[in-house]
Amino acid sequence: MNSALETGLPEPLVGVASPVESDESPEVLIEASEPLLALRLGDLWKYHELLFFLVWRDVKVRYKQTVLGAAWAILQPILAMLMFTVIFGRMAHMPSDNIPYPLFVYTALLPWQLFAFALTESSNSLVANQHLIRKVYFPRLIVPVAAVLVGLVDFSVSLLVLVGMMIWYHVRVAPTAVLFLPFLVLAVITALSVGLWLSALNIKYRDVKHIVPFLTQVWMFATPVAYSASLVPAKWKLLYGLNPMTGVVEGFRWALLGSATGSGPMMPVSIAAVVFLLLTGLIYFRRVERSFADLV
Amino acid sequence: MSAAVVVENVGKQYRIGEAESYQTLRDCVARAAGNISRRFRHGQRERKAQAERFWALRNVSLEIRKGDVVGILGRNGAGKSTLLKILSRVTAPTTGSIRLRGRIGSLLEVGTGFHPELSGRDNIQLNGSILGMSKAEIRKHFDEIVAFAEIEKFLDTPVKNYSSGMYMRLAFAVAAHLDPEVLVIDEVLAVGDTAFQKKCLQKMDSVARQGRTILFVSHNMAAVSALCTKGVLLQDGRVVATGPITDVVQKYSSASGVSSTSHWTGDYGDEYARLKESWVRTVDPGGAFDTASDLEVGIRIQVLQPIEGLVLGFRLFSQYEHELAYVLYDDAESSSPPTVFPGEIVKRFIIPGNTLAAGVYKIGVSVGIHNFRAVVLYSDQGSLMFELENVRGIGRRYPTAPLRGYTSLFRPNWPVI
Repeated sequence: MNSALETGLPEPLVGVASPVESDESPEVLIEASEPLLALRLGDLWKYHELLFFLVWRDVKVRYKQTVLGAAWAILQPILAMLMFTVIFGRMAHMPSDNIPYPLFVYTALLPWQLFAFALTESSNSLVANQHLIRKVYFPRLIVPVAAVLVGLVDFSVSLLVLVGMMIWYHVRVAPTAVLFLPFLVLAVITALSVGLWLSALNIKYRDVKHIVPFLTQVWMFATPVAYSASLVPAKWKLLYGLNPMTGVVEGFRWALLGSATGSGPMMPVSIAAVVFLLLTGLIYFRRVERSFADLV
Repeated sequence: MSAAVVVENVGKQYRIGEAESYQTLRDCVARAAGNISRRFRHGQRERKAQAERFWALRNVSLEIRKGDVVGILGRNGAGKSTLLKILSRVTAPTTGSIRLRGRIGSLLEVGTGFHPELSGRDNIQLNGSILGMSKAEIRKHFDEIVAFAEIEKFLDTPVKNYSSGMYMRLAFAVAAHLDPEVLVIDEVLAVGDTAFQKKCLQKMDSVARQGRTILFVSHNMAAVSALCTKGVLLQDGRVVATGPITDVVQKYSSASGVSSTSHWTGDYGDEYARLKESWVRTVDPGGAFDTASDLEVGIRIQVLQPIEGLVLGFRLFSQYEHELAYVLYDDAESSSPPTVFPGEIVKRFIIPGNTLAAGVYKIGVSVGIHNFRAVVLYSDQGSLMFELENVRGIGRRYPTAPLRGYTSLFRPNWPVI
């Protein structure tokens, strides 16, 4: 191809600077330490295409080499709903605010399963993507964010099942149903906040992997998925509201099924709890992010 | 021409063992408990912490001009990879700062982020995006990438079904179409067969000619000399030389401290036999002294009188003067030592790749007559010295430098079940 290569002799290269770029190109500064509160959320937008590709990869790979394929997205919540209906609805006769129990529990399972999936996946996301973290730079934040977003695909599919169930039970879909969206956002942000903490901790302490299944299980019982929040005594309501998923689940029932309870006074507490978790999670994540590649 | 990369006083400290293994809470608790009990017993905290840390890089300052193609040289453990990791922002420096002008792309490995379940088509997009290409760039280069990799027919096959050659070609093809202003490349050429390496070199050479700034780490001196204009020599984490590539390559070879004697010729012995020649080389002609390479140790002697029970072989010593092996040409034969008649005898011993760990080794030739006399024994005559680098071998992912306390002598490819 050229003489330099074939003879193995060095041939001075003339560095021909192309006229276009030169000094206008952006400067990157890499420093030993960064200010504590530099969250650099703008990086997320700069790398939004990679975020998209990571979500796309996980969605695409998710049900590869399974016999039932994407049907799992529908089967999982339906099977869970059947189990809950048999155990809590039929056998324990759990009160369900005058809503058919299957519908009552499925509406709660929608955000719950999204949350549990997003929490589990994001906690494990950095370790699962360690081969990338060790070799390529990108804002590490997009890894847990992508893991959380993947859950939304399954969520959309199970939402369709809910619509089918509502028709079956002759429940009128009110225009206010779209109000479930803010609660969806709250569920996603809650999962992300906890995911940020756990994924970063998981890099250093693999104990997290063993804690997460237990955590989600306990968390589910602390959330009115199988029962109604109206069972909780009023004096405990504020404390109960510290669990943002309570507000989310009750909010879903209120928006989609018109259940009376709603999230009411618990919401401000829930939102405050999430904001606290998210901010501390981001700060912690950003603080340890720079050493991920050394520790993973 | 302006500076593309300015490195100021960069240092990187690791805790020994940190890079290799994650911790568990239990370890932390155990260590804390250990510290307390030690303090209790000795009345003071052990000063072990300092021994557990080492500086992979120290006070590194460099200025790289736009359009420079810079080769980074140094032995294993000199800090080359750490420097590239910091430049490509994979890890943060412990001290100092770096200013980079322009978009930076790094290739610390080919095929980063390939997913085995996804098709070639999908992996081009995914890998391109991971390496920092935009969707538009990937679209623009898609056909060229496919053509370069020669995988048109298998575009929609999952890459897990690719042959390793196809996989490597595809991975390199994507990487080759990355065009940032500053490109950081580590050992990419250490993969694939010779033909593929040549293709990669040519591609890199053409990239270099487009006036891009390139930082390149390789153990392939020929490649470094051919591609690079400038060189940086690292030793124990410090910059010991910078300048035109020829000067730096020369310094690297002479400063390496080991005068490797891979070939000896002479005439030494007695009236029975004379040692004429000894050598150590890679079985693959022109190959590198790498832990993965098969090595050939050769001995040529001239026999002057019939010898009953010829002893012919060599001793292998480590750099720490351990005698690692004493090998004779007829060891494996059960019959009594054969009688040899006057004439020339050449024996070649093969040390299979992935036997020895990276390091310096010495070979002492041994010629004699069984139960009668030693012709050449414990003599410098015919002795050889060579150094193995671990670029492709087993354990390459982990530091193997003695500097960091890794002093194994063997790095065998033992089956793991």
